[in-house]
Amino acid sequence: MGMTMTQKILARSAGLEWVEAGQLIESRLDLVLGNDITTPVAITEFHKAELSSVFDREKIAIVLDHSTPCKDIKSAQLCAACRDFAKEHAITHFYDVGDMGIEHALIPEKGLAAPGEVIIGADSHTCTYGALGAFSSGVGSTDMAAGMATGLAWFRVPQAIKVNLVGRLNPYVSGKDVVLYLIGLIGVDGALYQSLEFTGDGVESLDMDDRFTICNMAIEAGAKNGIFPVDQKTVDYLRGRVSRPYQTFEADPDAVYAKELTIDLSALRPTVALPHLPSNTRTVDQVAGKPIQQVVIGSCTNGRLKDLREAASILRGRRVADGVRCIVIPATQQIYLDAMAEGLVADFIQAGAAVSTPTCGPCLGGHMGVLSDNEWAITTTNRNFVGRMGPTSSMIILASPAVAAASAVTGVVTDPATI
Amino acid sequence: MKVYQYGDNVDTDVIIPARYLNAPDEKSLAAHCMEDIDEDFASTVEEGDMVIGGSNFGCGSSREHAPLAIKACGVRCVIAKSFARIFYRNAINIGFPILECPEAVDGISAGDQVRVDFATGTIINDTTGEQFQAAPFPEFVNGIIEHGGLLKSLKARGVAK
Repeated sequence: MGMTMTQKILARSAGLEWVEAGQLIESRLDLVLGNDITTPVAITEFHKAELSSVFDREKIAIVLDHSTPCKDIKSAQLCAACRDFAKEHAITHFYDVGDMGIEHALIPEKGLAAPGEVIIGADSHTCTYGALGAFSSGVGSTDMAAGMATGLAWFRVPQAIKVNLVGRLNPYVSGKDVVLYLIGLIGVDGALYQSLEFTGDGVESLDMDDRFTICNMAIEAGAKNGIFPVDQKTVDYLRGRVSRPYQTFEADPDAVYAKELTIDLSALRPTVALPHLPSNTRTVDQVAGKPIQQVVIGSCTNGRLKDLREAASILRGRRVADGVRCIVIPATQQIYLDAMAEGLVADFIQAGAAVSTPTCGPCLGGHMGVLSDNEWAITTTNRNFVGRMGPTSSMIILASPAVAAASAVTGVVTDPATI
Repeated sequence: MKVYQYGDNVDTDVIIPARYLNAPDEKSLAAHCMEDIDEDFASTVEEGDMVIGGSNFGCGSSREHAPLAIKACGVRCVIAKSFARIFYRNAINIGFPILECPEAVDGISAGDQVRVDFATGTIINDTTGEQFQAAPFPEFVNGIIEHGGLLKSLKARGVAK
C-alpha cells in the first residue's frame, strides 16, 4: 500500500521508511511558529516547565501580528513578553512592527517554508504552507513550547481526501471561491483529522496566491493540513527566497485515500459563505442585494498582491458607497510596497477606502474594524462565527476580494461581473 | 455536578472570544468562558461539572486559551461526538481529559448524574443507568495525560531540558 504526499513527508520527519494512517509518530520540526496571542502562553508554559534553552534559534519564528500595532495596554504587555523572550534566546526570525506582516503571508515570503518541510505554528492557519508542498499544521501554545524546547511534535498520521482539480478558473473567480465551494461541499468537519491533497490538471493554472488561499482555509474543513504538489510555479516562487536544499514528495500511485472528489474549476462561480459557518455557502447571485455596512479586504487568507490587484481593478475609478466602510490591509510590508509601486494603494484611497499597516486586527474582532450591533460585513477573511468580528448580533459574509470590492462599490452584496 | 449541553461546531471564538485573549491568565479566561454562546455559564459552573458537545467541538482558532478556560472553570471533562483536531491535542497537551463518544452525548441530558472512568473510557449515567464506552486513549497519549501534560511528559522522558 502506497503513501500519500503528507504521509511521505511525515515518515521522513520521523525517520521512518513507512507510516500508515492512525499511527502516532514524533516528527523532527523544520520550523516552530507563534504570534503575539499564542506565544505568551507558550512562554509561560516554557518557564513553568523550567526549560532553559531552545532547540535551534534559527528554526523558530515569532511574528507580532494579531493585536499590533498594539491596541491596548494588555496587548502591549504580551508583545513585550514576546520581545523579551526573543532577545533572551536570540531568536533569528523575530518580526516586530515595521518588519512584521501577517504571519502566513510573511513566512513564505521570507523563505521560511519549503517543500517537504514539517512546520508547526501556534495559529490554526499555519496550514497555509502546504501550498509550497510542505506539511504544515496549526497547534496550540503547549505544542509551541515543546517544539521550541525539543524540535519535536507528536502527530497521528492522517488519512487524506484527494481533491482532483480540473479545468481553469473564469474571470472574477479565484482560489477563495474554490476553497469556499469545497468547504460547502464537505462541511466544516468534512476533512476532520485528515489531509486535503490537491492534484490534477487544474493545479498548474492556479497562481501561488490562489494556492495559499486554498491551503489557508483547509482548517475550515477541519483538515490537519492542505497540500499541493510542487510544480514550476512553486519552484519559481521559491527562487530567490529559499537557498537551502529541499526535498519534494509525490503521492504514490497506489496511495489509499479516505475519499476522492473532483472539482471542475471552470464550472465555479463567485461563492460566499453566510453567517455563521464557512460551510454555509451560496453562489453570489443567490445573495446579491443584501445590504452591508463594512468591507474588509486583507488577512492571511486574502491579503496578498494578487488579491489587492483584483480588488483594485474593481475599485479603480469608482467610489465606496455611502454608508459603507471599506478597509484594505496589505498582508506584509513587501506587499504594501508592491501595491504602492503598482498604484493600487492610490486606487484604494481615491475610492474612499482606508488602507492599514499589516495586522490581523479586524479578522478576529481585535481592532482596526470591529463591528457594531446588528451590522453586516462582507470580508475576505476566513471565519464568520458568532461574535468573531464584533457583538454576537453582528454578521459576517465571507467572500473573495473581487466580490468584496464590488460590494463596497454598491453597498450591497454584488457579483463583480455585473458592475 | 451539573451537565452543560451544546450543539455541533462549538467554536473557540465562542468558548473564549478574542477580545479576552489579551489577558491569558486562568482567572480572566474562566470569567468569560462560553460568554458568546451561554452567558450564564461562567457564573453558574462549579467544580466537577461536565460539558457535553456535538460534533466538531472546539473548531476554529488554535487558541489554547479555549481548553484552558474550560479547565479553569473546574469542568471535569468534555464529552463530544467529535473534536476539532487542534482543540483535541491542546486538551491532551494541558492534561485536560476529553472523551469522544457519540452514544454518550445522545444518552445524557441536563440534570443527569454522570461518572467517568478515564482509564477505561467508561461513562456511566447514574440517572438512567445507561453505560457508554469511549475509545480509550492510545498509550502515548495516556502517558501525556498521566504526567499532567506534554511538557511534563517530555521532561520525564528526558527529551526536554
